[in-house]
Amino acid sequence: MAHGTGQDRRTGIAVFVALLLLTVVTVLVSYVDLGLWNVVVALLIASAKASLVALFFMHLKGESRLVWGFALFPIVFLSLILIGTLTDTMLR
Amino acid sequence: MSGQPGEHTDPAVAFEAAKLGVWTFLATEVLLFGALFTAYTVFRIKYPEMFRAEHAKLDRVLGAVNTVVLITSSLMVVLGVDAIKRGKARLLEAYFGATILLAAVFLLVKYTEYTAKFHHGLYPDTNIFFSLYYMMTGLHGIHVLLGMGVLSYVIVLSRRGRLSEAWCTPAEMSGLYWHFVDLVWIYLFPLLYLIG
Repeated sequence: MAHGTGQDRRTGIAVFVALLLLTVVTVLVSYVDLGLWNVVVALLIASAKASLVALFFMHLKGESRLVWGFALFPIVFLSLILIGTLTDTMLR
Repeated sequence: MSGQPGEHTDPAVAFEAAKLGVWTFLATEVLLFGALFTAYTVFRIKYPEMFRAEHAKLDRVLGAVNTVVLITSSLMVVLGVDAIKRGKARLLEAYFGATILLAAVFLLVKYTEYTAKFHHGLYPDTNIFFSLYYMMTGLHGIHVLLGMGVLSYVIVLSRRGRLSEAWCTPAEMSGLYWHFVDLVWIYLFPLLYLIG
């Protein structure tokens, strides 16, 4: 339970500005037809934003390996569900 | 979550336990939304032209506005938690109040979007894209609503003088949940509004 510092606020505002910029970029890119790359770019930007939120707003950056484990294990399961479902539906 | 550590519990241990509890809950939430993201992926691969045509019927400007609203609300939570860590309870209440207000704006925008879609005859049973759209944004909307309740509860705790720089776990835990709600929208927005 670290005490609030000016550093916390500065980091919060910097992450906020980065999230706003990435939102603007992803909306602008969506108006350009890049074919399949639109999906790739949109997901990469979304993942960059999600990482910023998890690392800084949710404090994952300074967390113990135990908390990291709790945060990552559902993502492993979600990948399993996705891969399992897709190998079924696409190869049917 | 209101429970202050008992006299036999080390506050630091209580804080760690609460944190792991919330992360466990969030893990189940990832899988809840994950099932819908999986359905989205399967049908998007199966009907690419339909998704392309239907997603263009959504207003990406309103989607972007709501993205900015949620990101701003997350910053308010960060500043609120920072305030109580410095012992400023009134400031925490103001920031969390702002978060709840922004959440209400988000739902209001969502309401006008739904109304506009209904006017154009786009219902949850119109096609698989709109089924997914209503299901995913609806489930997310319920989470926004629940988040407003949780944040209000933290404000009540604070007004009763139950939170301080020494014990602000409820504020931090509600913040974790709120950031997760923001995080889900960060994926919903491009998937539904931008790339269909």
